Amino acid sequence: MSITSSIIDKLPYTNPFLFVDRINMIGPDAIEGCYTFKKNEFFYDGHFKEQPVTPGVILTECCAQVGLVCLGIYLLNLEKVDTGSLEVALSSSEMQFLLPVFPMETVTVKSKKLFFRFNKLKCEVKMYNQQSQLICKGVLSGMIKDRKI
Amino acid sequence: MGYDHHFEQLKNIVRAYLPEDVPEGAIGEDSNFVNELNINSANLVDIVLDVEDAFGIRLENEDMDNMQTVRDALNIVAQKLQDKK
Repeated sequence: MSITSSIIDKLPYTNPFLFVDRINMIGPDAIEGCYTFKKNEFFYDGHFKEQPVTPGVILTECCAQVGLVCLGIYLLNLEKVDTGSLEVALSSSEMQFLLPVFPMETVTVKSKKLFFRFNKLKCEVKMYNQQSQLICKGVLSGMIKDRKI
Repeated sequence: MGYDHHFEQLKNIVRAYLPEDVPEGAIGEDSNFVNELNINSANLVDIVLDVEDAFGIRLENEDMDNMQTVRDALNIVAQKLQDKK
């Protein structure tokens, strides 16, 4: 199994709240991953009335799942920490949103590690659309650890 | 620089991470960061990183585990500064 599919398998999310399809690149300091918003994601029913647009909180979630959680699993595995039962929590988010994301769009998240110390991962994240335009950017941080520690 | 001075420096760092309902005066030497000052684990990491920068030291995982109270933190700082000499 490739390293990227093993990381996605370890994510503590599932449908309808898994927002990572693929990891394009991963290393100790950065990650890039993508996700295609399906036509019938659950939030399109209500956001907005008869005019589906991906909510900013979901874009933030997508950035966090790729940029913090996938990268965090990789970093824990580098430290030989078992990641069989993960505990994750978003601790802060500061995001700016520049462009809307509609159903069926594929987004690419690029995240750069600012630090990973004492189970806290802080990253600079950017999300791009298929035209390579910046959709949103910001700084996210969260706690990630194995429950057994 | 002695213990009292370190306490003042540490108080200045901790102050920035106090929840709104915890007054600055609540920071005493016996204060427990998590249980009494209501500082969450994410902000406790920020405090440790600020302490590292302020005192020019590096803390390890076991230091983090042992850092329950303000006094614990001051003792760790004093020990690390001593080790540096």
